[in-house]
Amino acid sequence: MDLLSILLTDSFWAASLRIATPLIFGVLGALVCERAGVLNLGIEGIFVAGSLAGWLAVWLGASLWGGVAAAALTGAAFGLLHAVLTVPLGLSQHVSGLAVTLLASSSAYFTYRTVLPNLAAPPRIEPFRPLGLGPLADIPFLGPVLGQQTALTWAALAMVALVWWVLNRTALGLALRAVGDNPDAVDAQGLSVHGLRIGAVVAGSALMAVGGAFLTMSAFDAFFIGMVNGRGWICIALVIFASWRPGKALLGALLFGAFEAFQVRAQTQAGAVLPSQIFLMAPYVLSIVALTLAARGADYPRALLKPWFKGRR
Amino acid sequence: MIRIEPREAPPRALRWGLPPLAALAALALAAIPLWLAGADVTRAYGLMAQGVFGSAFAVSEMLTRATPLILTGLAAAVAFRARLWNIGAEGQLYLGALAAVAAGTGAIDAPPWALAPLVIAAGALAGALAMAAPTVMKARLGVDEVVTTLLMNFVIILFVQMMLEGPFKDPMGMGWPQSEPMVEAAMLPRLFDRMRVHAGLLIGLAAALAAHVALSRTTWGFRVRAVGENPAAARHAGISVGRTLLGVGAVSGALAGLAGVGEVAGLKGYLTADLSPGFGYAGIVVAMLAGLSPLGVVAAALFVASVFVGADSMSRALGVSSYLADLIVALSLICVLAGGFLARYRVRMG
Amino acid sequence: MTQAPVVLRLSGLSKRFGAVQANEAVSLDLRRGEILALLGENGAGKTTLMNMLFGHYLPDAGSVAVADRDGRLAALPLGQPQAALRAGVGMVHQHFTLAENLTTFENVILGAEPLFGFRRGRAAARARLKALMARTGLHAPLDERVARLSVGERQRVEILKALWRDARILVLDEPTAVLTPQEADALFATVAGMAADGLSVIFISHKLREVLAFSHRIVVLRAGRNVGGMTTASADARAIAAMMVGGALPAQPRPAQAAPGAPVLRLSGARIDAPEARRRLAPCDMAVRAGEIVGVAGVSGNGQAALAALVSGLARPSGGTVELFGQPVTRFDPAAFIAAGVGRIPEDRHHDGVAGAMTVAENLVIERLGDPAVSRAGFLRRRAIADAARKICAAYDVRGPGPEAPARLLSGGNIQKLILARVLDRKPGLILANQPTRGLDVGAAAAVARRLIAAKARGAGVLLISEDLDEVLALSDRVLAIHAGEIREAGAPATLDRDRLGLMMAGEAA
Repeated sequence: MDLLSILLTDSFWAASLRIATPLIFGVLGALVCERAGVLNLGIEGIFVAGSLAGWLAVWLGASLWGGVAAAALTGAAFGLLHAVLTVPLGLSQHVSGLAVTLLASSSAYFTYRTVLPNLAAPPRIEPFRPLGLGPLADIPFLGPVLGQQTALTWAALAMVALVWWVLNRTALGLALRAVGDNPDAVDAQGLSVHGLRIGAVVAGSALMAVGGAFLTMSAFDAFFIGMVNGRGWICIALVIFASWRPGKALLGALLFGAFEAFQVRAQTQAGAVLPSQIFLMAPYVLSIVALTLAARGADYPRALLKPWFKGRR
Repeated sequence: MIRIEPREAPPRALRWGLPPLAALAALALAAIPLWLAGADVTRAYGLMAQGVFGSAFAVSEMLTRATPLILTGLAAAVAFRARLWNIGAEGQLYLGALAAVAAGTGAIDAPPWALAPLVIAAGALAGALAMAAPTVMKARLGVDEVVTTLLMNFVIILFVQMMLEGPFKDPMGMGWPQSEPMVEAAMLPRLFDRMRVHAGLLIGLAAALAAHVALSRTTWGFRVRAVGENPAAARHAGISVGRTLLGVGAVSGALAGLAGVGEVAGLKGYLTADLSPGFGYAGIVVAMLAGLSPLGVVAAALFVASVFVGADSMSRALGVSSYLADLIVALSLICVLAGGFLARYRVRMG
Repeated sequence: MTQAPVVLRLSGLSKRFGAVQANEAVSLDLRRGEILALLGENGAGKTTLMNMLFGHYLPDAGSVAVADRDGRLAALPLGQPQAALRAGVGMVHQHFTLAENLTTFENVILGAEPLFGFRRGRAAARARLKALMARTGLHAPLDERVARLSVGERQRVEILKALWRDARILVLDEPTAVLTPQEADALFATVAGMAADGLSVIFISHKLREVLAFSHRIVVLRAGRNVGGMTTASADARAIAAMMVGGALPAQPRPAQAAPGAPVLRLSGARIDAPEARRRLAPCDMAVRAGEIVGVAGVSGNGQAALAALVSGLARPSGGTVELFGQPVTRFDPAAFIAAGVGRIPEDRHHDGVAGAMTVAENLVIERLGDPAVSRAGFLRRRAIADAARKICAAYDVRGPGPEAPARLLSGGNIQKLILARVLDRKPGLILANQPTRGLDVGAAAAVARRLIAAKARGAGVLLISEDLDEVLALSDRVLAIHAGEIREAGAPATLDRDRLGLMMAGEAA
């Protein structure tokens, strides 16, 4: 068995980055929400809704980036619902998130089946194409690996940098970090706690939806019922593993992508020996393990899950 | 100027009236997607009602659909009372069904009268064990059980698929991944001739009553409620939070496992990988609609079952996607959640 | 001082929370460079009034006017901290409003820079902050996370936050609650210096002594109303105390002389190791005997929580032994301690004392679910529980909507009485009373003190942990001082030197 040689192929690393892309968007989105103090369990549903919205927009004639915008707006809308329920109304973040997941996915599936009643093969769109690296394509290893990535993957990498910069180098980011630790501190300095939290949840949800759109607009070119398959939940686990930091989030997503890419390739080699389900189980088990390891001494944002109301001291 | 003031206690009328109001609101909101899908809205509602109440068979179908929902609803309600967020009822259901099949397809040598109880016990135990790991991880390591139970659903369902393609595969099944059929003696009896509603419903009703009595009248239930309301105060008062959580987790998992037993030993007679169209997740909505009250779970389960059965029937007649049912259920959760706000706060104008 | 112009005018401010009228038509003036003390007992409405000034609450009625830079009084938009900050009002809250994951510098500039701007000029801001620290003598490490700062340093950051925004009016809410007597003096000296430079100060306090020592003028609040003001120079302590309480002061309970018996609690070298300094307990040797009250005096955050956790059965010692009633303790969990006869009154009654959504009756039996009077064969004896609850509530004067109502509807004082009832009804041999009168008005505090004294007279040993030095001195037979987890004997209240005790609390005396 040549399992280790898999690690040496370009296609493996290219696949790792590709598989990691939706996770990067998802973890960043969840991270932004949670740093501000709101757990967003709507992520799974928002992935589904984003994947449909982007694909459907393109299928109806929009450009690819128009589709991405449609996905982001869809995510923002569901995010706004979650934000209104949990921030000014202060309802249970767990229940609201699950409700948003149920609403977003059932809305997406209903829309899909209504617009495109049962067809034998799901219709396809013209997805993002690999960008290539132009003159740099000849760099060994990096050339082929990065050259196979589409614009959305580059966007994901850029997002990591952008989120890091906003959180750590801007006044807005300072306020966001503060509101997730002690909303009273933010209120006492004259800033709007609710405004910051709602904004964070909306922005984070938009990011999540773009992660979903990657699935239907870049990784594949069609929408399938059940294609998200728990990626949203995996992102929630990865956020804790990433200690709520964008850099570690990228690392976690890449590790996860590599793991997935590896097990797909290992399955074709060892498929005769082990049932396919063992390989398919592996990502979820890995997430549970990562979560368990990270839970000890995890530096949770202190105000996470706690609603804040004006004038209640 | 809108002012929001906390109420001292939710007015009685609102507490009881809220879930039905939320249900009605969700049904009303469903008019929007119906209209967008181009359907005749009033005809659609009529067909839905007919699909549930139009005949004795329809009602029995609704009750059959409600049976697993009562049990998964109880699983969620009991756990949520202790603030243990068991989102893994789906997986626990499947594991319970797998255990039922393991015990009931003839592999175990037992006198016929003992088979059905054995199957029930096996399913409950399997469900309880499935919830054990996430609960221990929460109690000892502080690992958030929402994500672990969610991820476990995927793991368990894949495991069941693996079993159905492997050791549990029915050699007579013409290649389909399904289990051998349950032995006659291990099956739960039907309640009426020519109707599919089965004894699992009675198990569900009995469980609801038992849960209600346990939560409100026993010391065990007291501890569960105390841990859910204020774990720090419970601990300070000498209640073992870890042990209470483990107990509640086991009961919750067992209830979800029983839902799986019912589907396999009461309804279908064999196990396939698509046994549950999301009963575990729907159970969460049932529990929230019921305000986490075990007796309320029965009513809420009947409502959700009606929505699914009615929408199925309407969708076949009108060609509207049956995902409308999921949409209505999701909307009712949002409505009951938002309505809960009105129960806790008074909104004043001016 | 009467010559200085008015910089702040509160007119007719009222605020109601549900059934409670927290403030009623309160008016007062503040002049430039004045130090005004807002005095009143717990629950008098002092913090609510200042919260309305700062914009945390929206008043039901009334208005506020603040002098602008030219000295003209202008109406202050209400209900917006942003407006108060812009008008030059700064507030140092009783519970610090600091983000612990941010550094000192970041906490100070939070909200002071435009949220969406690019140019920030951080370097210039750092220099300005350093200069401010030098000018006022309020130092704190600039780039250290607040989570790692001591309580005194955190308070200085709170004050710097206000001064950073060019506060011309500074409100200090119970500033000395977390300071040793010496630190309190230092703080007031700094404040006096700033007042001399033109800063106008309101400080909230319930301690008559410090109000008389450090203010220029006093305004007394009682039951939400302004019941009178006077210059400090002309103030009569007894008259003011009467104004605070609305009549003669209730007779302060005076404990009888103790005739202590056998030790009910003995710590021999018991210690708790912890990564955070405030959770540490150094190896200590101490005992509480039957029939005596031992008071532990100390400033918050010096290991009281660790000591309380140890004596409550919530923490196990990292070393040393604990003996209860002469027997070494092997099982460290709350149930075992309760069964052994230890009664615990927790520091945070809402967090650890009661389950707010459960009924009063349920909260009364929560510590003894296995008792035959409470349950039989696992089933709760609901009628017996209800009857017992009625009797106990009457005996201990727990007032509220009734034993079947949720406990969170009770006032703070009544919740404390509920906890006391729960604890004392079992006639414990050892009572741990952790900040038992915090947040209570004078009447409720006196009731708690009477119960503790009665328990002592009955033969129980009481370990009293309190940040209120006066309370410790009034009730204890013996006083211990705690600082940075170390406990030392200070002596009997009648004979100890108060200054020396203050130094011991600050860790500065032998």
